[in-house]
Amino acid sequence: MINKVVADADEAVRDIPDQAVLMLGGFGLCGIPENAIAALLRKGVKGLTCISNNAGVDDFGIGLMLKTRQVKKMISSYVGENAEFERQLLSGELEVELIPQGTLAERVRAGGAGIPAFFTPAGVGTEVAAGKETRDFGGKTYLMERWLRADFSLVKAWKGDTAGNLIYRGTARNFNPMMAAAGQVTIAEVEELVPVGQLDPNHIHTPGIYVHRIFQGRGYEKRIEQRTTRKA
Amino acid sequence: MKSELSNELHEKPDRMLDKIGIAKRIAREVMDGMYINLGIGIPTLVANYIPSSINVVLQSENGLLGIGPFPTEAEVDPDLINAGKQTITMMPGSALFSSAESFAMIRSGKVDLTILGAMEVSEQGDIANWKVPGKMVKGMGGAMDLVASAKHIIVAMQHCSKDGASKLLPSCTLPITGLRCVKRIVSDMAVLDVLPDGGFKLLERAPGVTVDDIKKATAGKLVVGGEIPEMTL
Repeated sequence: MINKVVADADEAVRDIPDQAVLMLGGFGLCGIPENAIAALLRKGVKGLTCISNNAGVDDFGIGLMLKTRQVKKMISSYVGENAEFERQLLSGELEVELIPQGTLAERVRAGGAGIPAFFTPAGVGTEVAAGKETRDFGGKTYLMERWLRADFSLVKAWKGDTAGNLIYRGTARNFNPMMAAAGQVTIAEVEELVPVGQLDPNHIHTPGIYVHRIFQGRGYEKRIEQRTTRKA
Repeated sequence: MKSELSNELHEKPDRMLDKIGIAKRIAREVMDGMYINLGIGIPTLVANYIPSSINVVLQSENGLLGIGPFPTEAEVDPDLINAGKQTITMMPGSALFSSAESFAMIRSGKVDLTILGAMEVSEQGDIANWKVPGKMVKGMGGAMDLVASAKHIIVAMQHCSKDGASKLLPSCTLPITGLRCVKRIVSDMAVLDVLPDGGFKLLERAPGVTVDDIKKATAGKLVVGGEIPEMTL
């Protein structure tokens, strides 16, 4: 089997240049590539375009890279819960493109599936439709949306093997599988890296063909945004 | 400016439904066997009032069918959250999937009912719930996808703003989330259907609220036919 293992996050992100277009997996702070983000902070690359459903919080996730002014543009569906984000947006330092969540997911999926465009009903009649081609199918109007692809995709999985096969856990799967497929170079970090043969092929969510580099992540914080509990 | 505005507006009756009342009334719309997506806020509360005799599956658009109750402190799992980023549990028989697959099932009409909040609804069934000009725009999340594709949409909302301006309008003034998609509204004053040719058809009144109160609070075309019953919760 092809071995895709790199030593750590720093080695994995070594050649990400300034102005790169990145995809970062995760929904809220769930399933985000914590180690790769930390390595990008250390590396100090600038002018990044980040395609990610959310923009983290002030002191975690992509929010950390906003603080260090490494992000030029965010492409997301929801960017609340981040005061620094708001400040940079209002001052014009940060560019933001907001996309309906399902359209974002499908544009990324299309990018990984070799489909340059598709039609969706989401956003018809709204400002999202401005400048986009519409077409009627069966009496309903749809909007043409284009694929999204990235120079580098940074994804986080629960388990992975040395060949790059990945298994996600719970709702930490979210955008990770589509982003893994849509990256020109895909970097996967995992909580548990195992030798080939250890993962049941029946259970693989992302086949290793999509993954170029994989490393054993360290010190996962897995921060919770809204801790809601009931009495035991 | 504000006081000038409120002068021409009616005074609100004091017996309108609170958030829990709205959630309880919407829970009565839920039928056995439904797959349901609940938005953030009042819609999330609806789950608490669905009778245990009714079996439904709740969808979370980040990638789960089968949302369970909030976890106990010991059960908290950072890998399990709902679309509002709250920690959750899974019901027995749950299924996990990617966000692309989640919206595929929404777009293809597999989700039977979507319940969400609104800032404004027009008499044509247009909904505005994602953006207020002049305020920080946080994004539409999955709202535009949900309203564009749901088979049945129930909106949970306040009938009027805090200064008494109607939120049920001839046409929306705020940026639109989706066109001609709202089927039913449960407000703090009434249950109304959006008619296929436009107009709000009054179906029920909140306890103690009169048809006249509702007429005054509805800026869009209101259709009132026959006796309007008081809702039961």
